[in-house]
Formats: sequence, structure tokens, C-alpha cells
Amino acid sequence: MAIVRSRKQSRLVGWARYSALVVAALLFLVPFYLLVRSAFMREQDLGSPDFHWLPPVWETSNLTGLFDNPAIPMARSLLNSGLIAVTQTVGVLVISGLAGYGLARIPYRWSNTVFYSIVATLLIPAAVTFVPSFVLVSTLGWISTLRGLIIPGLFQALATFLFRQFFLGFPKEIEEAAFIDGLGYWGTFWRIVVPNSLGFVAAIGTITFIGTWNAFLWPLVIGRDQESWTVQIALSTFLTAQSVQVSQLFMAALVAIFPLLLMFLFLQRWIVEGVERTGIAGD
Amino acid sequence: MFVGPFVIGLVVFVYVPIVWSIYLSFFNAYNTVTPTEFVGAGNYLDMLRDPAFRSSLLTFVAFAVFIVPTTFVISLGAALLVARTRVMQSFFRSVFFLPTACSYVVAALIWKMSIFSGIRSGLANAVLGWFGIDSVPWLSLADPPWYWLVIVTARLWLQVGFYMILFLAGIQRISPTLYEAAAIDGAEGWKVFRHITFPQLRATSTAVLLLLLVNAFQAFDEFYNILSTFGTYPPYARPPLVYLYYTALGSGQDFGHGSAGAVILTLIIAIVAVVQGRVLRLGDRGE
Repeated sequence: MAIVRSRKQSRLVGWARYSALVVAALLFLVPFYLLVRSAFMREQDLGSPDFHWLPPVWETSNLTGLFDNPAIPMARSLLNSGLIAVTQTVGVLVISGLAGYGLARIPYRWSNTVFYSIVATLLIPAAVTFVPSFVLVSTLGWISTLRGLIIPGLFQALATFLFRQFFLGFPKEIEEAAFIDGLGYWGTFWRIVVPNSLGFVAAIGTITFIGTWNAFLWPLVIGRDQESWTVQIALSTFLTAQSVQVSQLFMAALVAIFPLLLMFLFLQRWIVEGVERTGIAGD
Repeated sequence: MFVGPFVIGLVVFVYVPIVWSIYLSFFNAYNTVTPTEFVGAGNYLDMLRDPAFRSSLLTFVAFAVFIVPTTFVISLGAALLVARTRVMQSFFRSVFFLPTACSYVVAALIWKMSIFSGIRSGLANAVLGWFGIDSVPWLSLADPPWYWLVIVTARLWLQVGFYMILFLAGIQRISPTLYEAAAIDGAEGWKVFRHITFPQLRATSTAVLLLLLVNAFQAFDEFYNILSTFGTYPPYARPPLVYLYYTALGSGQDFGHGSAGAVILTLIIAIVAVVQGRVLRLGDRGE
């Protein structure tokens, strides 16, 4: 009798759990739904006092009009964001990958000092030091340049730390075999270690790409001229100016998150791994 | 060849600016990065005396009080629900994780112009309208401070998936034998969570709390994008980085005070991190 009741009870708990998940999932999808709906609405329907579940008229001219609107340099800012995100991702992977391997495997005299200075840097979030970084970049004359937007972000203590930890766990026997074949550190790294670490590289790479594409404070501080705006800055300027074309603003946002939505569709596995690796770095 | 490029970059782009900034913080440095007028601790005293700076720290505290516990509880809850579901598990995980792809600017846009737009067709007001409740001007009033609801829910939506992934990873590391032993002892539901899952998630929980706190301290994007209109930011609800942004890079370009503020904020965050690290380690020893 007791067993029957508990089975009934657990089925009830199962249903409750499932309903909670469905409701929560729907709530989490609402903002995406509103984004897509509003991007295809006409301006007068968006401004009307009634809430529309679907656009009364599907307006596709928001998309074409967006790239003709001189107030928001959409094509240029997308190009900038793409350039910055790609070079920054590749740069961080190469620079931090090399440094992480060097720290993990090559016995330098200063290895410990370098390692502790990295750990110290981890305590200070980059955003808090934007004033000093701005001072340096403006002294170099890099304001409103792609250099100024990309180069200071290439030296990531966290990525280097994670690569070091990862390479410490890399099977040494494989490397030793390569060494015997006369490859040296450089050859071993590029021909043996990197090809066998592609999953980890993908995890760090996707996370870096997302972070760079979505970055706001640094591009806001450095990208003063329109030509150097990233897509986030273009959107933000459009948004805080309370421009009249709200539906076009939503279309711009949809275009801006489109590359990342594609990434989530195809590379989610690596993104999840990247989150796990970067999030619990403190362990 | 391996460590060299990184070390040079770290020194030039992280350490040099910090040292330079400490230097600037002792000078009168309006519109210049090579100041001549030494003011000693003057900038620091000005900052600590400035009610706007102190209120920015209070704004952070208020924000953290809202955002840290809610994100923690909801992302842990989502992880527990997703971990126990067999039907469409990866679908639910993806749905909660998907907002991580969104930038704060895009979320701010949806929150400000659609969900919490003051007009009647904004979703929040439309829902209130179905229950016969009058529209609420979510963002245009300082009092009552409805804007907090807008800001907190935006960050919540963006971050829950990230922390849920961390909790899920932690839950998967828990040995199944612990649950089997609990089942033999007749424990179920809440008891299992209270005595096995939650204690086993301690390292993850501490890491999540620290991350939440540090991230809340750096809040800038959603405040800036939700609250500023026509290029002006209201005088209230300025968290530390927003305050610093307008002090150092606003019309004045006051690098002396800006640098002093940056140094103070960096010290605060470093102290928090070190203290939390200590607490974590002391706690581990206690077990």
C-alpha cells in the first residue's frame, strides 16, 4: 500500500517538475519572441496601445531599410565587430596557448614569478581598470582605432592560466616520443600538442569570441568615431538616442545576435565546456 | 618564444596602466596624462568625501542584495530540474543557456523598449492590463524605484544559464553511490538535496557566489543602456563603474580623480576576492 502511494506521489512530483520546467522555459523564450516579433512589426503597430501577439502586417522593409539608414552604420559596425572578434579570438588562443604551454612544460628561471603575477591579475577584473587602460591607449594615439580596440584585449591572464592547467594534465609520454624524434618544444607544441587539444581550444575560443562580440564598456570608451563603432555601440547609440524607428532598432538587434545564435546552434557543446572551464577556474 | 609575448603584453597593457594610474591619482590631472601639480592624497579624500561616490557603492550593495541571491537560487533550481529530467533534457538546457548569447545591449533594448516600455502595449503593462491594473511607468520615475525590477530581471535572464551550467557540471560530479546509499536509508526529495546534493556542491556554490559578486560589482552595460536617455544618465542609480565612467571620461576628463576612484575600486574587489578565498579555504579545513 505504502509503495503504491509513493509511486503515485513520485509520478505527481515528476509532473510538477515537468510543468515548472515548461513554464520557466517559456518565460525564458519570451524575450526572444518579443525581439523577433517586434523586428517584423510596422512602426504604427508597435506604437499602438494594444498588445499584438503577432505582427498584424509582417514588415520586411525593416531589414532592408536598416542598411540604408545613415544614422546607424550597420554594415560598418558589423564588419568591425567581426574583425575584432576574430582577431582577438585567434590572438588570445595563440598568445595564451603558447604562454600556457611554456609555463606548464618549459623550466624557466622566472616561471614562478610569472605564474604568480598572472594569478594576481586574475583578482582584478579588467573592467575596473578601464580608466588606466584608456589613459595608456590615448597616449599611444590609438583612440578610435581597431588597434586600440583589439591589442589591449589580447593578453588574457585567465586564458593563460587555463591553458597552463590544461597542458599540465596533457599526457607527457606523447610529448616525450615527439622529443625523441627531434621535434623540440616548438615542433612538439604545434605538431603534437595542439592537434590533440582541439576540443579545449574550441572551448576557450568560442567563449572568447562571444565575450568579444558582446563587449560593451571597452568599445564604448575607445570607439569614439562612428567608423570605429562595434555593433554593440551602434545599437546602444541608436537605443539611448530614443530614435523614432523602434521596429528598425529591434531588427538591428536581431541582426546583431544572429551570428551568435548560429554559433549556439552548431557549437553549443564547446561553449558549454568553455563555460565550465572558465567559470570554475577558481577551484 | 613561448611565454615572452604574453609577459610583454601583460606588462605593457595591464601593469604599466595600473602603475601609471596610481601615479596620476596623486596629481591634479584634468585633460592631461602628464600632470605637474602634485596633490598628495587629495584626490582620494575628495573621492571618499564625495556623496556621489559613496552612493555609487551603496547602489552596488543594493544591486548585489537583489541579484546575487536570486540568480543563485534560480540557477541552482534550474540545474536541479534539468538534471532530473530525462525527456528533452538538452532542449531545456539549451533554452536556459541561450540568453548567454545575448549581449547586455540587446537585452537592455528588449527590456526597455518592449517588456517594460511605459506604454500600454509593453508586455508588462499589457499583462497588468489583463488584470485591470493601471499601466506603470517602469523607467521614467525615480520613486517608486521600479527601474530596479527592470535592471535585475534583465541581468537575471542573461546570467541564469551560465551559472546553471556550472551547477549542472557540479551535480554530474557527485558520485551516484551517495544517492544509492541515501535511497537505502529511505531518504528522498528535500532530504537528499539538504544532506547530499547541496553539501556536495559546496565548491561550486562558493565559486558561483564569488563570480556573482564580482560581476555585480562591474555592472555597467545594463545600467547605462536601460537608464540613459537622449545621451544623459539620471543622477540616481549609478553603480561604481557608471560613476567612474562619467567622472573620468565625461566632459571633464578628470584623470586624477578617475584614477583614484579606479584604485579604490580595485582595492575593494581584490580584498573581497582574497577574503572570500580565505573563507573558502578555512571552511575546507573545518571538514
